[in-house]
Amino acid sequence: MIQPAKPDLVTVFIDGKEIAVPKGTNVIEAARMVGTDVPHYCYHPKLTVAGNCRMCLIELGMPMADRATREPIMDPETGKQKINWIPRPQIGCGTTVVPGMHVKTQSPMVKECREGVMEFLLINHPLDCPICDQAGECKLQEQATGYGRGYSRFIEQKNVKPKRTQLGPRVTLDDERCVLCSRCIRFCQEVAKDDVLGFVDRGSYSTLTCYPGKELTNNYSLNTVDICPVGALTSTDFRFKMRVWFLKQSNSICTESSVGANTVVWSREGVIYRITPRQNDEVNDTWMADSGRILYKEVQSGNRLKPTSDLKTSVAAAGSLLQDGAVAVVGSGRSSVEEQFLTAKLAKQLGATSYIVARHGEEDGLLISKDRNPNTRGALVTGLISDLPATELSDLSADIDAGKVTTILSVGEDLTAAGLSAEQLAKVTLVYLGSHANATSAAAKVIIPTLTVFEKSGSFINQQFRLQKFASTIPGLAGAADDRVVLDQLLADVGGASAGSDLPSVWAELSAQIPAFANTAYANIPATGLLLDSSNWSGLDFPEGESLHFKPAAAEATA
Amino acid sequence: MTAPAERRIIFKHIDEEGYSNDIACYQKHGGYEVLKKSVAQKPEELRDEVKKSGIRGRGGAGFPCGLKWSFVDRKSGKPIYLVVNADESEPGTFKDRYIIHQDPHQLIEGTIISCFANDVKQAYIYIRGEFPEGARILEEAIQEARDAGFVGKNICGTDYSCDIFVHRGAGAYICGEETGLIESLEGKRANPRIKPPYFPAVLGLYQCPTIVNNVETLCHVKHILDMGADAFLKIGSPNNTGTRIFCVSGQVQKPGYYEYACGEITMGQLLNDVCGGPLPGRTFKAVIPGGSSAKILRFGEKFTIKNKDGTTKEWAVEDIPLDFDSLAAAGTMGGSGGVIVMDDSVNMVEALANINAFYAHESCGQCTPCREGSLWMKKISTRMVHGEAREEDGELIKNVADQIAGRTICAFGEACSWPTQSFVAKFGDEFKTYKDDKNSKPSDSLELV
Repeated sequence: MIQPAKPDLVTVFIDGKEIAVPKGTNVIEAARMVGTDVPHYCYHPKLTVAGNCRMCLIELGMPMADRATREPIMDPETGKQKINWIPRPQIGCGTTVVPGMHVKTQSPMVKECREGVMEFLLINHPLDCPICDQAGECKLQEQATGYGRGYSRFIEQKNVKPKRTQLGPRVTLDDERCVLCSRCIRFCQEVAKDDVLGFVDRGSYSTLTCYPGKELTNNYSLNTVDICPVGALTSTDFRFKMRVWFLKQSNSICTESSVGANTVVWSREGVIYRITPRQNDEVNDTWMADSGRILYKEVQSGNRLKPTSDLKTSVAAAGSLLQDGAVAVVGSGRSSVEEQFLTAKLAKQLGATSYIVARHGEEDGLLISKDRNPNTRGALVTGLISDLPATELSDLSADIDAGKVTTILSVGEDLTAAGLSAEQLAKVTLVYLGSHANATSAAAKVIIPTLTVFEKSGSFINQQFRLQKFASTIPGLAGAADDRVVLDQLLADVGGASAGSDLPSVWAELSAQIPAFANTAYANIPATGLLLDSSNWSGLDFPEGESLHFKPAAAEATA
Repeated sequence: MTAPAERRIIFKHIDEEGYSNDIACYQKHGGYEVLKKSVAQKPEELRDEVKKSGIRGRGGAGFPCGLKWSFVDRKSGKPIYLVVNADESEPGTFKDRYIIHQDPHQLIEGTIISCFANDVKQAYIYIRGEFPEGARILEEAIQEARDAGFVGKNICGTDYSCDIFVHRGAGAYICGEETGLIESLEGKRANPRIKPPYFPAVLGLYQCPTIVNNVETLCHVKHILDMGADAFLKIGSPNNTGTRIFCVSGQVQKPGYYEYACGEITMGQLLNDVCGGPLPGRTFKAVIPGGSSAKILRFGEKFTIKNKDGTTKEWAVEDIPLDFDSLAAAGTMGGSGGVIVMDDSVNMVEALANINAFYAHESCGQCTPCREGSLWMKKISTRMVHGEAREEDGELIKNVADQIAGRTICAFGEACSWPTQSFVAKFGDEFKTYKDDKNSKPSDSLELV
């Protein structure tokens, strides 16, 4: 009997390679751990096992033992225990490892099974790769190349199915390309909890569709496009826009709420074409909301602030305004940790009170939380604020009315949305840093156009107090400035000590001054984020309820 | 050698003059006596008796019924369900419908006894959609039995209660597959479940332990407990106990249903002596012994069979005793007992085209090889009979079948590929020459389902 290395590990042999894998692992995952790819379509690590594509068929064997005595039966030639190979191939996705299990993923039988399944999947497939959006990231293409025969024996007429079904406002279905893997159906049932998809008709005429009178409208519908292994489900927004192999991928973080879903932004020549989720098993698994995927449109939106004078002049003008009068600083929960830190520094230098504006919305229990600022925790950790923010700046409002505040620096916040009136704004001198025009920028004396989240790098701290970094995905708008540069320059202009605005410099300061960031450098933040010590803020009553990988502290305490 | 006499146990009263399907007639013929006797016993005693009898399932796979019952998870704390598989859909099979139509109380008694033996409180009869009359008869019979205290609360005056519901299918062959049936019974598409983990005995109907038995099997349970396992063991041969009902159809003089002790009669006796031989002027060409999915037997072929003592014997098709093991030794199966006979007027390519059309229509479409392969086979054989046969088609269609069998979620993969595999293996010459035989006169009369 093979002794497991640890009690919760199971020792198995994949193509003769011995490996100890966690209990409950299936053969596909176990093979992945030894670097062997078992091709599959229907299996998805975050969904239940359907076992219907039959692409992951493998040969399975168990060590032979005498039935009566349980003594191992040895092979005299090799001196090892004989293996009893099951004559029928088994599915890798539905087979859980047991101690001593042997798996063949490269045997002639497995090869022949894969060739058979590939041939079956392609006989009724339209083979329209030249006009298919999935081309380049299509499992059918990849696995036909890797495991197919390379020629067709099919001379019959192919089945005809619906070509352009609008399953919902964002998802288009081509039924002829569908391999009926049921991933999308299972996603809707198990993750989105919106059971609207299903198959109708039988056999090879089976067709994916919505239930009569239903539509795929849920805010997670585009995940079905991501997990569709073929070109059947396509994003209505992205389809026919760009070949995927031309696109550059950059890691980013969704700014929709404090969940901080990990994303990949796909761009070419300074233009973003789509946003897809990036796997982070501690945050968003492999999912993200549809609403987060269209945020890139803000980059080219019509109300982007464009430079009217050169940057030096406007920053100098802002600097001199901030040195006069009684200043208040309205920072932002949408700014990065680095920007919030510089904002706090600037406020301190000016002796100004600093605020951020809370932004609350409906939470969905999955990947959108009630706190719609991606970085409220960042403002707390960097000391920009010391208590949870409110949605209305009532203190600031009173201070304006009392004449205690005469100058306001707003970092991207529309103060009218935070309860200040147009009259109040008219009473004060406004300096506005931001990427988009609003009522506050309209009332500002000095406007400094800055970059969107897609054009700059930085980090956010999500609801779990997980520090996650995002990278600049496209070059910034000509003439617009990085917030960090502007804030650092303003600090210098008002007599503060600048330590540099580049990320390494800011992080040198952050790690030296902020205990939660001790020994942390920007370059060392893992792609899946870094969980910070949150004990300093455990007394605060954060607004978020439970979501995919998050439990509020109160709920956790009772649990 | 003339055929032995019929031995009717299950079909004892079928077509009997004056026998009606109401409870009074059934009781007059000793009905529900076994139930009365059984509920006084311990359930495990009944289970042991059924196990000892060696009764094998009559639905098609021939799995020992007692063993199936022994797999049931009785410690889960969940209710145990019993489902009667009355989705008799295998082409060539028509035994269950006669039990249901003419002797429904036999099935009800067998079902309730089996329920009692397995601590089942709720049974379902899943009847195929094409049996509306059968469903109506069953509903009436169950009500009669309920009124008489044999179904429902406090059966036969004991503490034991068990009800039976009739559930009608919507007309799909795959609902005869036990996990497909369970899905359908739950109100879903009848996609068979993957095993592991969804073995009905552990995670069946509503994820509870479930027994699915064929109509005829459950009727046998009544007779086993009536005569005792020892007496039952004497019928038929070891490992092939009890009687079997053969549903003979096709080109014979007297098609119909015949009940014989397992293995007591050979294929030759059944077709020549019992069924009167081929139609005038014809000779037998081939026979499918266990429903259309069983592998075909070609008259004239020889089987070398190993005896237990190591010696061998040679069988012609006519010599094969009709029981599970002998038919398996001849490379086919007893299946559902549907014996389909073809004489020399039949072209095998056309016969296969018909079978392939059926299976392509009935594949649930869940898993790739069966979904795509069954339709591809149909397309090839249909094209062949419509005048575009190629010499290589026989080889191709067999190869497609080889890519299906053994690689699917349920046994439908085998069911749809065995006909093709065996037709081409045994009548390959006809597939090769079909081009010349028929291309000159394409069969325009051939209607495929």
